[in-house]
Amino acid sequence: MNGNNTLRQMRPVLVFAFIGVVFMFVAPYVLQLFTIINLTTAIALAVLALSLALVWGYGGILCFGQVAFFGLGAYAYTIAAINFGGSTWAILVAIMVASAFAALLGYFVFFGRVSDVYLGVITLTVTLIFFSLIRRTSGPEYKIGNALMGGFNGITSPPLNLPWDTSSFLFPEHVFYVAMAALILCYVFCGWLVTTHFGRVCVGIRENELRAELLGYDSRLYKLGIFTVSAGIAAIGGVLFCNGVGRITPDVFNLYNAALTIIWVIVGGRGTLIGPIAATFGLFYLTSALGGQSVLNNNLVLGVILIFFVLLVPKGVAPTLTDWFTKRRKPRRANRRRRRSQVNKA
Amino acid sequence: MDLVVAVLFQLVYGIANLALISLGLAIIFGMMRVINLAHGEFLMLGGYTVVVATNAGVNIWIAMLILAPLVVGIIGVIVERLLIRWLYGRMVDTLLATWGLSLLLIGLVTSIFGASTATTISPPLGIIRLGDYSASGYELFLIGVTIVLFIAVFATLKMTKLGLVARGTMQNPEMSSALGVSTTQVYMVTFGLGAAVTGLAGGLLAPVTGVLPTIGATYIAKAFITVISGGASILAGTAAGSILLGGINGIFAFITGPTIGEVALLVAAIILLRLMPRGITGRFFRKSL
Repeated sequence: MNGNNTLRQMRPVLVFAFIGVVFMFVAPYVLQLFTIINLTTAIALAVLALSLALVWGYGGILCFGQVAFFGLGAYAYTIAAINFGGSTWAILVAIMVASAFAALLGYFVFFGRVSDVYLGVITLTVTLIFFSLIRRTSGPEYKIGNALMGGFNGITSPPLNLPWDTSSFLFPEHVFYVAMAALILCYVFCGWLVTTHFGRVCVGIRENELRAELLGYDSRLYKLGIFTVSAGIAAIGGVLFCNGVGRITPDVFNLYNAALTIIWVIVGGRGTLIGPIAATFGLFYLTSALGGQSVLNNNLVLGVILIFFVLLVPKGVAPTLTDWFTKRRKPRRANRRRRRSQVNKA
Repeated sequence: MDLVVAVLFQLVYGIANLALISLGLAIIFGMMRVINLAHGEFLMLGGYTVVVATNAGVNIWIAMLILAPLVVGIIGVIVERLLIRWLYGRMVDTLLATWGLSLLLIGLVTSIFGASTATTISPPLGIIRLGDYSASGYELFLIGVTIVLFIAVFATLKMTKLGLVARGTMQNPEMSSALGVSTTQVYMVTFGLGAAVTGLAGGLLAPVTGVLPTIGATYIAKAFITVISGGASILAGTAAGSILLGGINGIFAFITGPTIGEVALLVAAIILLRLMPRGITGRFFRKSL
């Protein structure tokens, strides 16, 4: 595939990325600091949604435990940053730890040829076990290096600092730039990855695993690959998240957060990258607004949203909208073509 | 010697506990190929039924053994009619829809009863002596109930007309409906029975664990991993999964504490699935029920 072709396929991705860049530079001048800090958290969650959109929407791997990698990344970052005294290597450690764990888990499930539904349940179980495991680490004997695990209360995360300069910490308004830049980079990376040979094979496996295998592709390896990459992206989200919030607690691994991740992708639509990102921002503000009142319970609303989408809009918002537009445009374009051919004949 | 007996008792109780919380899930999964992610919430509803009923003055035994399965069974039938029946054959969508249901039920119960523990009830039976050690009589009772429940499910499936029709429908729905069986009714009843067994388990465990809207999450990880490790056979699979994983959990918990026990359970299950992707009964006892 030549470079020109790739560029053409990535045009929508680059358009959205450009909008993101504009937003990144305009937002701090327009919005209040409080909103910016909130946004940073939402951006971190959007990176998580993006990672699931990649592995589920394109890889066809039903991972219910994407928050496990997200939380693992956040914990690894926090523990490493406390021990190293700086964030530069800690970020790398976070990505490595989450990817390595995903690769190990993926080896067992993909090479065991566990079916997709089982995979969802297993990844969810892993997440819940992390939850109960880390919740119990409250005693002073549970520490890694200098970092106390803190059990239920979690750990305070050291802020990001400039690369290799441990004395200059970033302020919340700067973390916003970092988060937004990370989101855009991850988004473009995912958009590029799905146009590569690797990405196309992954989509092929999603569509028909047997056929892909008969064509000579080892589906286990490809699945393991995309699973590992997406875990690394989720870990980046985790690093941003614990910087946005300022601490990391075991609650990140709970069932509610695992469900939330799935809901973003379902609502946004599988098979798109921008849909889940947009859905994350939308639902983030919805749940924040719901948190301010006590009539409707958050769980209740999310449950209704999930059931509604599974039963009535199973494709999600973005693909449904795209379908609707192409359906409306197609007859018109066909008409135009017909008219043009008549003109030519004349 | 007394120590050995006490440890063995705990081990057996752990296994029975695992089997009890998994059985309802296994019935629904084994018969209908539906993974019910709201399983934990069915357990939770069973617990709430018992708490509400005993607070209203109902005898605790009636509340646990009759009301809990009845109420949750009815809820199961309603859920099947409103939600599950649209999604047969679409496993992933069923999974997601039942997850939505799980959130919905947590939210509903939180709205009604509040987020904290409802009034707790104490286990009704006293302690029994094992030489120098003592064990809870209620735990012994739970072990007994689990065994009785397994026998009852076996008898229902093997010896009654309902069980025969249900098994036939699961094997070949077209043939069954050609022979005059209303398959939709069979699905409804099977799901209801699975839910009822789950409700019974939740009700029985309520005095031990207390009830919380979010208590389902503490059960489901173990229940899912047991059922998946067990494989497709309902009784043999659940029993084999419970004995293996409950045994590993118990032994590790005895040596190092409950946290490592759970991790060991999970690691064992994942390694098991690498070796036998279709569960224990996918490889051994394949003809069993």
